[in-house]
This record gives sequence, C-alpha cells and structure tokens, in this order.
Amino acid sequence: MKFLKSKSLFGVAIAVLALVAPFIHAADITLLNVSYDPTREFYKEYNQAFAKHWKELKGDTVTVRQSHGGSGAQARSVIDGLDADVVTLALAYDVDAIAEKAHAIDPNWQKRFTHNSAPYTSTIVFLVRKGNPKGIKDWDDLAKSDVKVITPNPKTSGGARWNHLAAWGYGLEKYGSEDKAREFVSKIYANVPVLDSGARGATNTFVQRGLGDVLIAWENEAILSINELGRDKFDIVVPSISILAEPSVSIVDKNVAKKGTKEVATAYLQYLYSKEGQRIAAKNYYRPTDPEIVKESESTFPKLKLFSIDALFNGWGEAQKKHFADGGEFDKIFASIKR
Amino acid sequence: MPGFGLTLGFSLTYVTLLVLIPLGGLLLYTTKLSWSEFGAVILDPRVLASFKLSFGASLIAAVVNLFFGLIVAWTLARYNFFGKKIVDALVDLPFALPTAVAGIALAAIFAQNGWIGSFLEPLGIQIAYSRAGVVVALVFIGLPFVVRTVQPVIEEFEKEFEEVSTSLGASWWQTFSRVILPSLMPALLTGFALSFARALGEYGSIIFISSNMPFVSEIVPLIIVTKLSQFDYVGATAVGTVMLLATFVILFFINAIQIYSREKSL
Repeated sequence: MKFLKSKSLFGVAIAVLALVAPFIHAADITLLNVSYDPTREFYKEYNQAFAKHWKELKGDTVTVRQSHGGSGAQARSVIDGLDADVVTLALAYDVDAIAEKAHAIDPNWQKRFTHNSAPYTSTIVFLVRKGNPKGIKDWDDLAKSDVKVITPNPKTSGGARWNHLAAWGYGLEKYGSEDKAREFVSKIYANVPVLDSGARGATNTFVQRGLGDVLIAWENEAILSINELGRDKFDIVVPSISILAEPSVSIVDKNVAKKGTKEVATAYLQYLYSKEGQRIAAKNYYRPTDPEIVKESESTFPKLKLFSIDALFNGWGEAQKKHFADGGEFDKIFASIKR
Repeated sequence: MPGFGLTLGFSLTYVTLLVLIPLGGLLLYTTKLSWSEFGAVILDPRVLASFKLSFGASLIAAVVNLFFGLIVAWTLARYNFFGKKIVDALVDLPFALPTAVAGIALAAIFAQNGWIGSFLEPLGIQIAYSRAGVVVALVFIGLPFVVRTVQPVIEEFEKEFEEVSTSLGASWWQTFSRVILPSLMPALLTGFALSFARALGEYGSIIFISSNMPFVSEIVPLIIVTKLSQFDYVGATAVGTVMLLATFVILFFINAIQIYSREKSL
C-alpha cells in the first residue's frame, strides 16, 4: 500500500513536471515597496503596470506588496529590519536615515536614478474654502493676523517639513534675509491653531472639523481632497513661488542582495521614469518629470516658480539640522511665539 | 497550598519576560547618554512643558474620575432602574474602544462645528484643540478603572453597618464619611492610581483632540514620538525612562497610602 502510494505520488510529480517544464524558467518574484501614506492608490495602479511589463520582458511574475504609513515611521521600520526591496518615501532625509543608521542603502543612492532619484515631483499649494472668503492669493496672506492656517507638525510629519521650507523659501526670496524669513514664518505659525501629527490629520481638521481658513498641503493631496469632497466646498490656490517637493526612491541594497532581487527591484524603480510610469504618476496628481508627459498633463498642473531644496537649503541634511532638529528654527520659532 | 513552587516560578518567569526585560532594555538604552546629555534632553523647556501637561492633566482627570466614578459605581451597585444593564455595559466601552477612534470621536463632538462644541463655542468655551481637550480625553479613558474597582466593594458592603450607624443617631453624611467611605478608600485609591497611570501613557485619543502645540498642549508620549521621527532613539528612551521612574514613584506612594488606609480602617 505504502509502496503503491509513493509510486503514484512519483507519477504525479513526473506529470506535473512535464506540464510545467516549458515554463520552468519563469519565476515568481515578490517585492516589498515601503512607501508613505498618500501613494497607496498610485502604487496600486503602477504595480499592475509594472507586473505586466516585466511579464512581457522576462516572463516572470512579479507581485509587489505595499506598505504605507508616515514616511518617518516607515523609514524607522526599515531601519529596524522590515525587509523592503525598495523604499519610495516622502523625502530624501528619510532614505538618508536608512543609509546612515542601518547601512542598508548605498550613501550615494540619490545619484543612481535621474532627477535626484525623484521620478515624480509635487509642490506645496493652499486649500481654501469655496470662494476663498479671506482672499488668499500668496504666502503673504498666510501671515495676516486674521487668517487661521492649518499645517501639520514638521517634527512628526515629513510633508509638513516641505510646508515649512516652502514658506521659509518664499520669505528668503521676497524679503532677502534669513532674519526676515524667520520673522515671516513665525507670523504664519502664530496663526496656526492646531498642529496635527500627520498630513492626513491636518486635512481632517481643516475639512471635517471646519477649522482654519487655509490648509497648506501637497498639491496631489489637495487635488485628491477636492475630488473626493466636492468642488463646491473647496478651492485650490497656487502661490507665486513654492518648493519643488521631490519624493525619493531607492532600492534597499542590503535586502535585495540577501533576497537576490536587485535586478527586478532596480527595474521596478527605473520603470517609474518610463512613459507609462510617468503617465500613471500624472494621473494620480504627481507632477511628471518626463518632458513629453509634462506637456500632456499641462492642464492639471498650473505653472509656478519652483525652487529646489538643494538650491535654497543645500540639501536635506542641512535643512533638517538647521530647521527641525531639537533647538532648530522650528523650536526657536515656537519658543518665541507667546500664547 | 499545593503547586506554589510551580506557579511562583511560572509567574516570575512570565513577569520577567514580559515586563522586566523590555523595561530593563529601556533603562539600559538610556545609559548610552552621559548625565549631562541626559539632563539636556530632560530639562529642555519644551520637554518640561510636556511633563507638566501630562502629569497635570492626568492628575486632574484621575480626580474627576475618582469623584464621578464613585457616583456611577454607587448608582450601579445600589439602585435598580430601567436600562441599568446597558449603562453598566457602557462603562466598559472606553476599555474596548481603540483610543484613536475615541480621540477622533471626541474631537468631532467637541470641535466648534460638533454636537457639543457648537453649543460651547458661543459661551467662549473651547474644549477641542486645547488643554481642556486633553483632560476630557483622559477622563473618558480613565472612567472604567474607578468604577470597576469600586463597584464590587460597594456591592459587598454590609448594609448592617449603615443600619447600625443610623440607629445610633448618625446623620446620612456622618454614616457616609465615617462608615462607608473609609472601607471604600483602598478600592478608590486603586481606581485612582490605575486611572492616573493609564492617563500618563495615553497617546491615541489625545493627539486628535489636543492642538499639539509646543509648550502648550504637547503630551509626553507625543514628545517621544517626535524624537523617534527624528531617529533620536536615545532621546526618546531618556524621556521614556523619566516617565517610567516618575510613574513608579507615584504608584509606590499611592500603594503606601492604600496600605496605610487599609490598616486604619481595619
């Protein structure tokens, strides 16, 4: 009986092998993309596109698992051992932290893909209540004493750091000195009634709780909020100057080496620069970098003057240290605001 | 009693694995800092402000819960009324509800456009997005601790004592303050301590209802999260250690008072 059983099992195995043999070189690959909150829908769509592309190219089946959360918290998970193949985070600083604290990413990661390893970009705009009752047009209006501004806490929210630096950059450009910029940003923070810990929380405070006259937000988040909540309730105001927000992508060298997924992980990120990847990004309201797709999506993204963090703040490392570290500009501003 | 050796051994191992080792790790991690670095983290004005808020708000909330929890427990234990079972079950709700959900719900109700907030707003009272909001959240999550520790004691309280006291000519207040209250004291203190300790560590329900303003309405757990978001693990553990030690000292004192009051009442 036993003999019979093992013999029949053997037979089945042979049969299966014969059936599968022509496809035996095709592998099942699973990647883990550790990203931040608002990219959920974007990557859901992109992962399918990439899987199809890779299947056609190599015949392998790629399944990409997604993990979303606050950008900083996500970086911490990777530092603490989450086996991400790629990270697609809100700011370069978070990727730097993984490189520095866990030595899991090559320190020169930003040079590995074009545009500072930021395949798509965004910027900081204002969401105001329908009809713009306070007449907000530019950053200066946020510093007026009768305007209530909603922005998350830059200490806990990566997105809010872009908001802070965008305001600071405007202050620098317009008023010409660091001191004047500090004074300007202080005035804006003095108008902030609630500092939520994350960007979605701040959106909630503004949209659901009806607090504040203006929400400083990522452009893609602002467009999404309007689409979801109705164009009859909110307007987007695009300031004259804002920051070029560059969400960063990198493969996690340590993990892809261990898992043998370097080739496909690299291709996964590279494909973000392809026409299809760029189109999906634009569809999800991230500004594309490919000139052709930029032209295609001109109507979605109004033109404005954008400054980069490298140009004005000498990169994330310095910006972080100067503005957001304990005792930095943000702390100084709040220590000086009398409430 | 049989089985003492086995159960004690199990208890000690279990407590060591689940409590002592993680907390020991926290202390050990803090030793990466020199005393002056530790002092700099702890004595930072922003951190000090958050300690003040966390301990102050937790204390206020625990006192509020002590008083109103006693009334709720008394009502549930002594009287029968329509819907008592439902009220009794509702008391446990803050235990079971995810704290973040509680925070969002409280913020929605107390915000200026919320059910309660819209009535308070014209009176110039702001609960959501202020320190008062922190206290409200802490009262909410702390209530069951007092009710559930005091209720069984009231239920088991011998009515004869009250009857004796009344028949000897004591007023209602004298009976309550001299006879009933002392025997409830240990349970009340336990409830108070639990409610207070729970409030100190609370995070989820507060961050949605507090405005999280530095120096004004930032709680200690938020400071810890803030430090973690800057990858400042050591700073975060330093603040955590202070919390741990402070809580330990407070619980120690409350326990001492409890033992004292129990001996006195016997």
